[in-house]
Amino acid sequence: MTTLAADHDLARAAEFIALEADVLDQRDYATWLALWVPEGKYVVPIDPDENDFEDTLNYAYDNAAMRDMRVRRLTSGESMSAAHAARTLRNVSRFRLLDPDGAGNLRLRNAQHLIEYKFGRHREYAANVEWVLRPDNGGFRIVRKVVRLLNGGDALAGITFLL
Amino acid sequence: MTCNYSDLVREDRVHTSLYTDPEIFEDEIDRIFNQTWVWVAHDSEIPDKNDWLTTHVGRQPVIVNRDKDGTVRVMLNRCRHRGATVCEAKKGNSPGFVCPYHAWTYGVDGSLKGLPLPKGYKDFDKSEFGLVNLRVESYRGLIFATFNEDAPPLEDFLGRARPWIDLFLKQGGGYPVKLMGEHKFTFPGNWKIQLENTTDAYHFPIVHKSFLSSLDGDTSELFSFMDAGGYVEDLGNGHSVMVMIPELVDLEDNLDAPIPERFAELADDLRQDHSEDEVRRIVRAVTGSGFNVNLFPNLACSMAFFRVLRPLSVDETEIRHIAIGMDGGPPAANRMRLRLHEHFQGPMGFGTTDDAEAWERVQRGSQAGEDRVWIMLNRGEDKTESNAGDVTSETGMRAAYQMWKRMMTA
Repeated sequence: MTTLAADHDLARAAEFIALEADVLDQRDYATWLALWVPEGKYVVPIDPDENDFEDTLNYAYDNAAMRDMRVRRLTSGESMSAAHAARTLRNVSRFRLLDPDGAGNLRLRNAQHLIEYKFGRHREYAANVEWVLRPDNGGFRIVRKVVRLLNGGDALAGITFLL
Repeated sequence: MTCNYSDLVREDRVHTSLYTDPEIFEDEIDRIFNQTWVWVAHDSEIPDKNDWLTTHVGRQPVIVNRDKDGTVRVMLNRCRHRGATVCEAKKGNSPGFVCPYHAWTYGVDGSLKGLPLPKGYKDFDKSEFGLVNLRVESYRGLIFATFNEDAPPLEDFLGRARPWIDLFLKQGGGYPVKLMGEHKFTFPGNWKIQLENTTDAYHFPIVHKSFLSSLDGDTSELFSFMDAGGYVEDLGNGHSVMVMIPELVDLEDNLDAPIPERFAELADDLRQDHSEDEVRRIVRAVTGSGFNVNLFPNLACSMAFFRVLRPLSVDETEIRHIAIGMDGGPPAANRMRLRLHEHFQGPMGFGTTDDAEAWERVQRGSQAGEDRVWIMLNRGEDKTESNAGDVTSETGMRAAYQMWKRMMTA
């Protein structure tokens, strides 16, 4: 890959990731669901160094069905924590292309600094986020998003939004 | 403390100050957590010699370890020199402990083995400066510790809860149970709010409506246990059991019943390596037991997981939801258990987040009018002889608070 092409990929992917961040901050969950390929996995591991998600306990390890259910729960009005959902603001930065996966997908890592506001208080969630993105119609769709919280191994509070 | 605890706990209600008064909290640490049996670990967490983990008894940091003879010890995580913790990692394996401050070195039994520049001490008897050992006893792999040398034997303390623990452990599906990781979270509220919740079926269809809506038809029906013949029973010493799904009390019963459709894929997978009897036993155990055993003060055997609470302050509590698996069992079954745990539990779970919100709301609301209004525990009658009863009865909470009163006034 030429440097120019890599720069182009990085810029487009960063734009896509910023879009995803905005979609989640705006709680536009229907749009978020449409960003995924059907076999995509949304993962929030407990141990930030974990790679065997299938055989370990995660905070979230969502296939399409679980993502759909998660969004239904957040939007149905049946969940008291979601009905009084936190407001979030996430900054995404420090984008870096990783080695491609050999299947035509881009792999990236970026920093995410998320601030939650609820009950008159702010909480912070800092994470490294890893992406596998599939080029699709001039844009991308998400094959995998892994949110590695710096403090994943600690006691967290209830998270009433998507990381 | 001059509080009259007998007046604050009545048969059917408790005073709101039990959630809000820091002095009462300090007394609880002294009279409950520093006196009774507190669950610290499960055997499967320290399977090999020299394995150790760090945890707490009440507010005090401890090390739980296993020596070369298999003896399990629980020791204060505090160097006898100047008080530094000798371990900060969550778990590990080592033939002893070295304090990082001045390198006092302890054996796995806590005995002080050596220290740098010993000539600086006169008449120093190392045998007087070992790590402080707590009293330790186990039941079926559940390790408890206490500071109290006069506490009754653990088996007596667990008493009528023991057969329920035995039933709970059948979810190994023919294998020993092992712990498979945990979700840990805090909520800004008193520890007893969580203690009550484990024996509160009344909240389930309300708080967990969004969880119930996410289930398939059969599973949803299983969790619709309001009229399914469940009950709550006081087991003595503050312990109680809440049976929500009577047909899942004994996981070794009804092994001839047809395998439900939602487990067909798992069963097919298991049949490649297991006999039909084994498949049925594993499948029946995979979603856990149909009841919660609430053990006073800090452990619950709750359907398919262990719930452990730790009081941090009068209005801050740490909760761990520990996933349970089949030790040496089929990966497909353990994976299903992990996914089920993730579905309901943890800070992103479909259940826990709403529970945590409800508990926080209790703590916030309890700031209001505490002298005129009490926390009510008067729902339902206590079960006595028969199994007939009401699963939403607040019997388990009444049992816990009577034990609370007994210990606080002792």
